Amino acid sequence: MSRTIIVNLLRFILLVFIQVFLLKNISLYDLSTPYLYILFILLLPFETPNILLFALAFILGLTIDAFYDTPGLHITACVLLAFVRILFISITVQKDGFDNEPEPTLSNMGFRWFFTYALVLTLIHHFFLFIMEVFRFDEIQYTIGRAVLSTIFTVFLILVSGLLFYKSKERK
Amino acid sequence: MRNLLIFITKYNAFFLFIIFEVIALVIYIKYNSFQKATFINSSNQVTGNLYQQVGNFKSYLHLQDVNDSLARENARLRNQLKTSFYVDSAAKHKVVDTVYKQQYEYIDAAVINNSINRRNNYLTINKGSRAGVAKGMGVICPQGVVGKVVFVGAHFSVVQSLLHKETVISAALAGTKDLGSFIWGDNLDPHVGLLYDVLNSASPRLGQQVVTSDLSLFPAGVPIGKISNLHSKNAKGSFLNMDVILAVDFSKLQYVYVVNNKLAAEQLGLEAQQKKDE
Repeated sequence: MSRTIIVNLLRFILLVFIQVFLLKNISLYDLSTPYLYILFILLLPFETPNILLFALAFILGLTIDAFYDTPGLHITACVLLAFVRILFISITVQKDGFDNEPEPTLSNMGFRWFFTYALVLTLIHHFFLFIMEVFRFDEIQYTIGRAVLSTIFTVFLILVSGLLFYKSKERK
Repeated sequence: MRNLLIFITKYNAFFLFIIFEVIALVIYIKYNSFQKATFINSSNQVTGNLYQQVGNFKSYLHLQDVNDSLARENARLRNQLKTSFYVDSAAKHKVVDTVYKQQYEYIDAAVINNSINRRNNYLTINKGSRAGVAKGMGVICPQGVVGKVVFVGAHFSVVQSLLHKETVISAALAGTKDLGSFIWGDNLDPHVGLLYDVLNSASPRLGQQVVTSDLSLFPAGVPIGKISNLHSKNAKGSFLNMDVILAVDFSKLQYVYVVNNKLAAEQLGLEAQQKKDE
C-alpha cells in the first residue's frame, strides 16, 4: 500500500516535471501540444476511491495550472478526465479483475484495452481543454484540429512511456 | 432519505464530478479575465436578446401612451412656434422708389389658407386692417406676383390670386417693355397663364421674362413668369397671344408680402375723375 503511494507520488512529480519543463516548450506547428501529465490519472490504481481520484485530479490540474498560469483550466479538464475514467473503467473492466491487476498499465491490461483507454480519455480531455481554453465556438474547426493532433501526440507519448516501463507478466 | 443517500452513494462519481467541476469552473472563470469577460458577454448576449424581444413586444403595448405624449409634446412645441402667435405689430419695410417718387410699403404675411384647383382661387393671409392691409393692394412673394387683396378683416385678409377668372394684371415683356395684359386663361393649369394684347410690333422670345408693368398696382418689374409658347391656343384679343409659365408655385406658397402703394388713392381718384368727364 505504501509502495503504491510512493510510486504514484514519484510518478506525479516526474510527470509534472516532464510536462512543465520539457513538453511545455514543445509544440508542433502551434497545433500539436502534448499533455502527458494526464498519464498520472490514467495510471492510478483501480481501487482508488472516487473522492480521492477527484481530489488527485484536482490537485494535479492545480499544479499544472500553477505552472501554465491558467488557474482553473487544467483543473476542469482533469476533473472531467477523472469522471470519464470512472465511467470507462466501470464499463470495460470486471470488478473481480481488480485483484489481479491493481493498475491500468499497458503491461497489465494489454495493448488493445490500454490503447482504447488512453485514446478515449485523452481525446475527451484534450477536447475539453482546448474548448475551455478558446472558450468560444467561433474557431471550432481550428480547435478540433488542435485537439485531435494533440491527442495523437499525447497518446503516442503515453504508449512510448508504457512500453518503456513494460513489465512482462511472467515476472510477476 | 435513505433512498436518497443510497442513490447518491451509488452515483457518487457523478456527484463528485459535479462538485469538483463546478469548483474548477468557478476558479477558471473567476481568475481568468478573458473567460470572465467572455462568460459575462455570452450571458449578456442571451439575456440581452431576450430583453430586446420582450422590449419590442412591450413597446407595442405602450404605443398609445407614446402617441399621446408625442401629441402633447407636439402641441406644446407648436405653441412655442413663432407662427402660432398672432403678431399684432406688423413689421413694415419701406422701399423708396426714387425714380417715380412712389413709395411702396410691404407688409409681410403668412398664407394660412390656399387653393389652386378651382376656377376662382383665393388665399387667406394672416394680416388684416390692423396691420395696414387695405382692399385693392397687391400681394407678391419673393418669386413673383401672387394676387390682390379683395376682402379685409381686422386680422385676416382674403387675396384673389392670379389663378382667378377676374384677375387681370398689366404686364410687360422684360427688357423691351412691350405692354400686355396677363390673365390666368381658360386652361385651369395652375402653372400656366396667358399674356395677350401685346402689340404686333413686339418681338417676344421664348423664355423671355414677363414682369409687372408701370401701370399695375404692383411695383414695376415684379416677375410674373416666362414665355413658354408664342402662339397660345387660348387666343384672346386681336394681337399677340402667348403662354406664360408662372414664376410662383401657388401650391407651395407660404409667405407673401402685401404691397401698399401709397399713391394708389390719388391715382384712382384722378382716374375716376377722368371717367366722369368722358
